[in-house]
Amino acid sequence: MELDVTKAKEFYKQMLLIRRFEEKCVELYSNQKIGGFLHLYIGEEAIAVGIMSVLDEDDSVLATYREHGQALARGISAKSIMAEMYGKVEGCSRGRGGSMHLFDAKTRFYGGSAIVGGSLPLAVGMALADKMQNKNRVTVCIFGDGAVAEGEFHESLNLAALWNLPILFVCENNSYAMGTALKLTQSQTDIYKKAESYKIHSKQIDGMSVIDVAKASTRAVEDIRESNAPMFLECLTYRFRAHSMFDAELYREKSEVEEWKRKDPLIVFEEKLKEMELWSEIDTKEIEGEIKTIIDEAVEFAENGTLEPIEDLERFVYSEVQNG
Amino acid sequence: MDNTTTYREAVKLAIRKAMSEDERVFLMGEDVGHYGGCFAVSMGLLDEYGDKRIIDTPLSESAFTGAGVGAAMNGMRPIVEIMTVNFSLLALDQIMNNAATLLHMSGGQFNVPLVIRMATGGGKQLGAQHSHSLEGWYAHIPGLKVLTPATVQDAYDMLGLALSDPDPVLIFENSILYNSKGILDTKATPLAIGKALVQKEGKNLTILTYGINLFKSLEAAEILAKNGVDVEVIDLRSLRPLDDETIMKSIKKTHRVLIVDDGWRSGSISAEIMARINEQAFYELDALMARVCTVEVPLPYAKHLEDAAIVQVDKIVDMAKKVMGLS
Repeated sequence: MELDVTKAKEFYKQMLLIRRFEEKCVELYSNQKIGGFLHLYIGEEAIAVGIMSVLDEDDSVLATYREHGQALARGISAKSIMAEMYGKVEGCSRGRGGSMHLFDAKTRFYGGSAIVGGSLPLAVGMALADKMQNKNRVTVCIFGDGAVAEGEFHESLNLAALWNLPILFVCENNSYAMGTALKLTQSQTDIYKKAESYKIHSKQIDGMSVIDVAKASTRAVEDIRESNAPMFLECLTYRFRAHSMFDAELYREKSEVEEWKRKDPLIVFEEKLKEMELWSEIDTKEIEGEIKTIIDEAVEFAENGTLEPIEDLERFVYSEVQNG
Repeated sequence: MDNTTTYREAVKLAIRKAMSEDERVFLMGEDVGHYGGCFAVSMGLLDEYGDKRIIDTPLSESAFTGAGVGAAMNGMRPIVEIMTVNFSLLALDQIMNNAATLLHMSGGQFNVPLVIRMATGGGKQLGAQHSHSLEGWYAHIPGLKVLTPATVQDAYDMLGLALSDPDPVLIFENSILYNSKGILDTKATPLAIGKALVQKEGKNLTILTYGINLFKSLEAAEILAKNGVDVEVIDLRSLRPLDDETIMKSIKKTHRVLIVDDGWRSGSISAEIMARINEQAFYELDALMARVCTVEVPLPYAKHLEDAAIVQVDKIVDMAKKVMGLS
């Protein structure tokens, strides 16, 4: 992967969009415009942006309940995501899903799963179907370090390796499963080693560096397309905000948070670009302006959206077209 | 030509037909390939279709059921076989949290045309982890369809119906029925999902049942006929959706009802049916509604205890007589 000015701008803009979008979400949540749970991705933006930048349109993505970043980076519009948060029909899941269940057929974004580990078996099936239909797609399955404790993680890694399935497993290791540290729950805290034990080629990378993530995933996706075998990336990262909006953060030291904030993906990227003498090409004011417009328009779109009529409540329990 | 066959053979014929006609169909589960299926349903299919379509899985119910969900969302028509309903609980996360919810959570974008087959029911001294009948439980869940083939014809028809349905369908095959014989017409038009079938017409009492208890109920009806009670026996066939229309129509004719349910009574499908009758046909009733269910105990091993726990012909006869005021 070569980092030119265009790509550098794109990475910066996407990471900043996720950051600003979520900051706006916090505000809207406080104003009770957004309900339910709100899990913020702030601090982890480099992973979504790095991974999505290397995928084809035809590839599939499965994510978790902390998926605003992946959804935006995958190309789902800020408008339809914001409308979803507002519970409006114009939302990407028609207001049936909410923050934790963003879906989009057009970009092959299969959710938004809020059962930790529950999407790994789906990824196995998606990739199995691609293989059976001779489609040269990659299925990307993103989950956190908490998922590693679930049986479904182990069952799925075994099947993916056993059946040689084209899956990129991405573990966003932010050291905490909600409020419990990885070291308190796992005998082996190097998660990539668990994947290796299933004979999956695995790597631990710096999840705060978008360049590192993009490089590693470019390589991984190329290998997957060639070998049809799964790959595993453990991305070391950190969640700057609380787990959700109801979290007093009693389980971690402020100093630890501050230390990680020095590795903020936006700052790290800026430093790297300065080193590469590309930073002067990035007009941050212009980018901030563009992002503000995107977010303002998204909020306006959501505000003006439609509430689904109650008469339609029982729709989408069963298919409306009996197409077989 | 003799068109009598076994229930086991009927399921296999249906799988074979589906696999031959639609290359998207494949079978996946524990021991379905080299072993030939825990109940020998898929015996020989591995040789016919190869290991790309008859897939032996590890004992990872959650992962292979979830893989069925994923494959179904991505263009295939998987048949997932789970050995018994008790083992399906290891895959409950995938069945409940994914298969049943994805269409809704995605606002109608992703449907899950998945078929899950599993054995159900007691009566073989297999104890409390291999014998339960949890189909009524599954019928609680919106997003799923729950089928309970009793006859050889339905064993064949329901697989095809399930595979052509756009949503997840669970098929519960009572393991005692695999050896049962019946007439199979492979050319017949199948009765749709959600339709009950009047198996024996009668005037005095409606028995509503499904699965293996259809045959116990028919046997009871013969005994009751000798006591002057003309019983109508209805095979519910589908526990979700339930065929309210056929149920109420029969009650409007007989005015008395007995439900024979293979599950435990508390929170059961029979309780649901009673509630619906109460809501829709209460004033048609000439007697209190009654039911025969499995006794509320994890199924024991000892034969005499297991026999006492599950539905038996004499229990049906006795309860029917009570409803008729004959005892």
